[in-house]
Amino acid sequence: MARIEIDGQTYDVLDGSNLLSACLSLGLDLPYFCWHPALGSAGACRQCAVIQYKNAEDKCGRLVMACMTPVADAMRISIVAEQARQFRNDNIELLMTNHPHDCPVCEEGGECHLQDMTVMTGHTFRRYRGQKRTHNNQNLGPFINHEMNRCIACYRCVRFYDDYAGGNDLQVLGVHNNVYFGRFEDGTLESEFSGNLVEVCPTGVFTDKTFSAHYARKWDLQTAPSVCAHCGLGCNTAPGERYGELRRVINRYNGEVNGYFLCDRGRFGYDFVNSPERLRKPLLNDYSDITVNAAENHLRQLLEADKPAIGIGSPRASLEANFALRMLVGEENFFLGLEDTEHTLLNTIVELMRNGGIHSPSLQEVEQADAVLILGEDVTHSAPRLALSLRQAARNAAFDMARTLHILPWQDAAVRALENQAQSPVFIASICATRLDDVAANTYRGSAEDIARLGFAIAHCLDGSAPAPIDLGDTEQALASAIADSLKQAKRPLIVSGTSCASLAVIQAAYNVARALPSTDKQLTFTVPECNSLGLAIMGGRRLQQAFERVGNGLAESVIILENDLYRRAPVQNVDLFLETAADVVVLDSLKNKTTEQADLLLPAATFAESEGTWVNNEGRAQRYFPVYPATEPVRGSWKWLTEVMDDPQWQHHNALTAACASAFPDLAAIVNSAPGPDYTVKGSKIPRQPHRYSGRTAMHADIKVSEPGQPLDPETPFAFSMEGNTAQVPPALLPVIWAPGWNSNQAINKFQQETGGHLRDGDAGVRLFEAAGTLEWFGDIPQSFKPEPGRWRIMPLPHIFGSEELSLQSPSIAERLPAFCVLLNPLDAEALEADSGDQVEISDLAGDSILKVPVQIEKTLPCGLLGITAGLPAFPFMKTWAQVILKKIKQEGRL
Amino acid sequence: MKEQTEKQVFKGLSPAEIREINAEMRHYEDKTAVSIEALKIVQKHRRWVSDECLVAVAELMDISPAQLEGVATFYNLIYRQPVGKTVIHYCNSVTCWMLGSDQIRERLCRHLNVEPGEMSADGEYTILPIVCLGACDHAPVVMVGDELKLDITEDAVNKIFGR
Amino acid sequence: MEKMDKPLTKNIRPDRPFATLADYESTGGYQGLRKAIAELQPKDVQQWVKDADLRGRGGAGFGTGLKWSLVPMDNISQTRYLVANADEMEPGTFKDRMLLEQDPHQLIEGMIIAAYAIQAHMAYIFLRGEYHLAKLRLENALLEARSKGYLGEHVLNSDFNLDIVLHTSAGRYICGEETALLNALEGKRATPRAKPPFPLVSGLWGKPTVVNNVETLCNVPHILHYGVEWYQGLARGVDKGTKLFGASGRVKNPGLWELPMGTPIREIIEQHAGGMRDGYKLRGFLPGGASTDFLLPEHLDVVMDYEAVAKAGSRMGTGTLIVLDDKTCPVQMVLNLEQFFAQESCGWCTPCRDGLPWTVTLMKDIIAGKGRMEDLDTLAGLTRMLGPGNTFCALAPGAMEPLQSALKYFRADFERYITANNTIKEPV
Ligand SMILES: Cc1cc2nc3c(=O)[nH]c(=O)nc-3n(C[C@H](O)[C@H](O)[C@H](O)COP(=O)(O)O)c2cc1C
Ligand code: SF4
Ligand code: FES
Repeated sequence: MARIEIDGQTYDVLDGSNLLSACLSLGLDLPYFCWHPALGSAGACRQCAVIQYKNAEDKCGRLVMACMTPVADAMRISIVAEQARQFRNDNIELLMTNHPHDCPVCEEGGECHLQDMTVMTGHTFRRYRGQKRTHNNQNLGPFINHEMNRCIACYRCVRFYDDYAGGNDLQVLGVHNNVYFGRFEDGTLESEFSGNLVEVCPTGVFTDKTFSAHYARKWDLQTAPSVCAHCGLGCNTAPGERYGELRRVINRYNGEVNGYFLCDRGRFGYDFVNSPERLRKPLLNDYSDITVNAAENHLRQLLEADKPAIGIGSPRASLEANFALRMLVGEENFFLGLEDTEHTLLNTIVELMRNGGIHSPSLQEVEQADAVLILGEDVTHSAPRLALSLRQAARNAAFDMARTLHILPWQDAAVRALENQAQSPVFIASICATRLDDVAANTYRGSAEDIARLGFAIAHCLDGSAPAPIDLGDTEQALASAIADSLKQAKRPLIVSGTSCASLAVIQAAYNVARALPSTDKQLTFTVPECNSLGLAIMGGRRLQQAFERVGNGLAESVIILENDLYRRAPVQNVDLFLETAADVVVLDSLKNKTTEQADLLLPAATFAESEGTWVNNEGRAQRYFPVYPATEPVRGSWKWLTEVMDDPQWQHHNALTAACASAFPDLAAIVNSAPGPDYTVKGSKIPRQPHRYSGRTAMHADIKVSEPGQPLDPETPFAFSMEGNTAQVPPALLPVIWAPGWNSNQAINKFQQETGGHLRDGDAGVRLFEAAGTLEWFGDIPQSFKPEPGRWRIMPLPHIFGSEELSLQSPSIAERLPAFCVLLNPLDAEALEADSGDQVEISDLAGDSILKVPVQIEKTLPCGLLGITAGLPAFPFMKTWAQVILKKIKQEGRL
Repeated sequence: MKEQTEKQVFKGLSPAEIREINAEMRHYEDKTAVSIEALKIVQKHRRWVSDECLVAVAELMDISPAQLEGVATFYNLIYRQPVGKTVIHYCNSVTCWMLGSDQIRERLCRHLNVEPGEMSADGEYTILPIVCLGACDHAPVVMVGDELKLDITEDAVNKIFGR
Repeated sequence: MEKMDKPLTKNIRPDRPFATLADYESTGGYQGLRKAIAELQPKDVQQWVKDADLRGRGGAGFGTGLKWSLVPMDNISQTRYLVANADEMEPGTFKDRMLLEQDPHQLIEGMIIAAYAIQAHMAYIFLRGEYHLAKLRLENALLEARSKGYLGEHVLNSDFNLDIVLHTSAGRYICGEETALLNALEGKRATPRAKPPFPLVSGLWGKPTVVNNVETLCNVPHILHYGVEWYQGLARGVDKGTKLFGASGRVKNPGLWELPMGTPIREIIEQHAGGMRDGYKLRGFLPGGASTDFLLPEHLDVVMDYEAVAKAGSRMGTGTLIVLDDKTCPVQMVLNLEQFFAQESCGWCTPCRDGLPWTVTLMKDIIAGKGRMEDLDTLAGLTRMLGPGNTFCALAPGAMEPLQSALKYFRADFERYITANNTIKEPV
């Protein structure tokens, strides 16, 4: 701590920080542009000027940039001194000389940092009479608008996009006041994190193109705290609604999880909620609609039948919905609805997280790692936001080196200049090239077996008592011992693995490595595919295969399927047979899919945006999401459909389900603490979802009814669908909208953090369910090395950020970014087939039955004998991972 | 029969260019350091850097075209548009300006019937302004190709064009 | 014979195009290096240069020996770099070109000694791209030096190794700023870097790096060869040694002369430059390049010492005078300068990037008769706004020096445009 004096007041501030972040941490208003808590200081915009005095006698002082000035004990500064105030005013005046003042038509208007700072400095009158320079804009793809004339050249976009997120196609071009932030030529921004530009840019240069398509001002959006539905990491989001339509998703700060940033799947995947494919009414199998009453009765009858109904849960439904289904059908009739291998893997992961004795880190903790081993994941595609954190971890050695040179961590360019001398090692063993390879100290490409073998070998190098793979090649052996040596030296080593390879051995090898590490501060994390994969696995239940058998054996007749497209989980024939055999199939879901097509009764389920629930992320953190707006009758949350037919008043409310679920499973006991219940009030009122300036409420529905309708009630959560209520005392983790006096943009978050860039005051959202205890035995089931069989290929689904997740796929902007429909082959394999990139091949099963015809793409990093396909892409029918297939090149007419 | 398109297919950099660029690399700790030098090498061979060349150089350098464009558009002496065989730079900085660089520019431009930045119709010349050439004691100064011409008078302009 | 009072230019003679290696060696060339390598430890060399009181000739006048002594030397295997700043792009400055073209070995010897003093094994000459002749001569000189054992492995059979690489720039004034120069050498956009950390601690590729001006380095061999005392004795004033002074503009005999530090400006303009051309009167001058404040005829007796020029309200800068005559409009002259600076702004920080173009717009308006009296206040405000410490590097403050002094000394010229010629008073 350092004691400093600001405008005559004494404060204690964090040692080693810069004056700007110290002032903001104290809640003082000091305008800035180029500085960003996650990006550090650049000193470019010159907006954060304050006066620094040498001592008590010094009355003039000198102007300094707060962001570039380290705090020091006994320092005296002034924010309000006239000279500083005037400078900040003049600086804004300069920034505005070329700004088009097009706020009325700008998507940033009303939440614009530039507007806020302009008002804050008091610059109101324009003296500049010259012409404004103008730029041509670029088409940057389906996610991002480009309006360069609004640019104030703070350099944040490139500092985020290039330096922080590792992109390279967005750059600063040109020079002097003709600097231009764009691409070499028009085209889609390549980074998977491009959407953050929308929030990183302090003005309206980069805005959300999907939001533009159905735009509303921030103050007109109804918002609730939410959690991203599109992967297992559980990033916190703030979706906004207007007129019953979800308009956008922005980041909701969580100091432990996503911090300031989301991935593009998380930001732009929301539009499935507005899809024309939404199910809006209960339907029978001929798509005729029935009343809610009739639907409920149908369900009741089915439950009263002689043979028990079975329930199939879902990794994308809430704990509460899954639990309700489990109660409804009984524990013995509840099936998890996971693909078989995934079921096994998730069970193992839960076991390791519970009893393996190794801490599973939050994303924030991931960023502190000083050595990383990734086994079998292309993290950018399987858990995108994690990749961004791992990229930061690679910088820790540079931060350490900076410390020895007395360079402070926020001196961004200076620390980055050391990166070529000091990089924390990241080792990546993966099926083929990954999007993080650019920060890797070493990469290894191999089949899942070979990745696992490498892992086992590393563990053995670290600890001789860990079983070693036999017949390991010399290169692998050398690599394993090099990696082991490097990990051994790390203070905070991290092992990353997950379900992408569909290999138990890979996960077990990851555990062995983590277990063998000498460090006491080691961490082990697994990626999981869906938003509640881990929660579902913790809850536990039977396998999908067993459900098929149960119905096949005639032990059950009817099936209730909760938010689960079984055709993504098992081969078509199996699912077809299952659904045809079942006498009565009830499906609850929000979007049409192949499974809903087979339903005898279809119940329209609310999405995450219209319902509440608890999900458990891959870290083991339970997080609650809340409806952003009420579902339109008769759409309901799945839990509501299921509890309604129980005819038991105790299950009338969601929080009762949460509580029951918590007491049913010791590992889930803490979920009741993940958010307060519906009785929670602040100064006697619920938390308003609508900002105080929400406009048009009395007129919004005037085309339907002249009188203002009553605000919908929300008996399930602490939030109200209204603008009435007190927000000043709301714990920041529960704030739907981040807003503070004078701070209309999301950058107002600094008013709600313990210190800038730190945890939220009163704690970040969510609770960790458990801490790994004990230790497990070494795993010793080491596979043989993979040997390709001539003429046969093994199916290897590879996750893709845009395409592998079911719901986001239904968002038009994401659909535009799908990877090409093709299969990947090693060049040697392609040569054996005499196929070139672009040629069609036919995939057949070993019996010779054709499965699919598809173009080939040659991927030189893919091991021989594997056939890479995009996991989850609807164009591919379900193909069992590791299944063997035969390939044949299709001779095309007109070609030789 | 398909019509042959006239469009020339860009085949990348010449072996000589690649050799020269690679030779530069050993002088620096990393490849990117050669970016500027590489652009200058291409320019020496081709007078200017086309989009295709820029992409090819970026590939050689292991950086993105956008990164290299960021560099190329920062510096004065990298031409991203075609220039004539000989580039004539007239100094327009303070001393030369005082001693008549405006008239020299007029004279040069009138002679070729171009504006600064344009290429003469015969592709021989491009006239460009340049900042102080470090010969202020001989102002006004122009640089014809690589050669500095001192104490330029309007007459001397004619001599440049061989009259 | 050696011209002992003009060490820097003693080899530069009208009767030959440049000094060859033989010419250079014949007047004591490479003797300083021999002495340093044979007799002195790196620390001693630093101390000699410190004792000689050599101040940087790049414009800021920082003590050269002091700069070298701040380089971390404890880790002997650590890479360190030396860079000779031969970017010389400041309008009105033409001193380094002569040194480079006419006596290239002098710079090379200076660099070898400097590299030895900081134990750098790689050095770069950052040469302005337009200096083609200098490039050819330096290339040749480097080859010669290498073949003679002054450069390369085992310099003069010692265990000191050094390679010097000639890097030619692609043109931007900001490349002369030492941290921007480092970015340019790394193949990046030449935006300056924040200081601290200083290049001495973290420079090229994050390694300790010393950047020195060409003229600075050219002094070094002589200090080593002839000694500190001799060097100190060269000057007439407070600062030590000689300096290249020049004059351009409407003087009779524009040129460059090596003169003792502390030479009165009057002597430079009236004797060496021969006074004003016939029909012209002296109106004022920029004492050291485009980024220095105007001084007036009344300042002619100021001597060329860092402190003395500062006291008169300007800076010695590069020591090359730009002379303003009575028939040149100072407002238009300043406009020319500001256009240069606006064009050469790197675009990193707000005041410079957006303030300089506004300055230009305002001045153009004024000259075009569209000015208003309050524009002069705006201009004055900008000179304060873009002043030292307010911008990221020293380019913008430098740009403001001629303007702020012009507003002080030539205000009537500005006002005349506004009052005499004013046609448009209101915005259109
Ligand atoms: C905009 C700007 C341009 C500069 N240009 C040059 C230059 O061309 N040559 C030079 O030696 N120093 C130049 N400098 C000064 C250098 O930053 C640096 O101070 C100098 O090279 C140090 O050398 P010295 O200590 O030997 O003087 C410039 C500084 C600024 C701010
Ligand atoms: S003052 Fe700022 S914009 Fe100008 S050159 Fe220096 S860093 Fe660049
Ligand atoms: S925030 Fe301090 S200079 Fe930009």
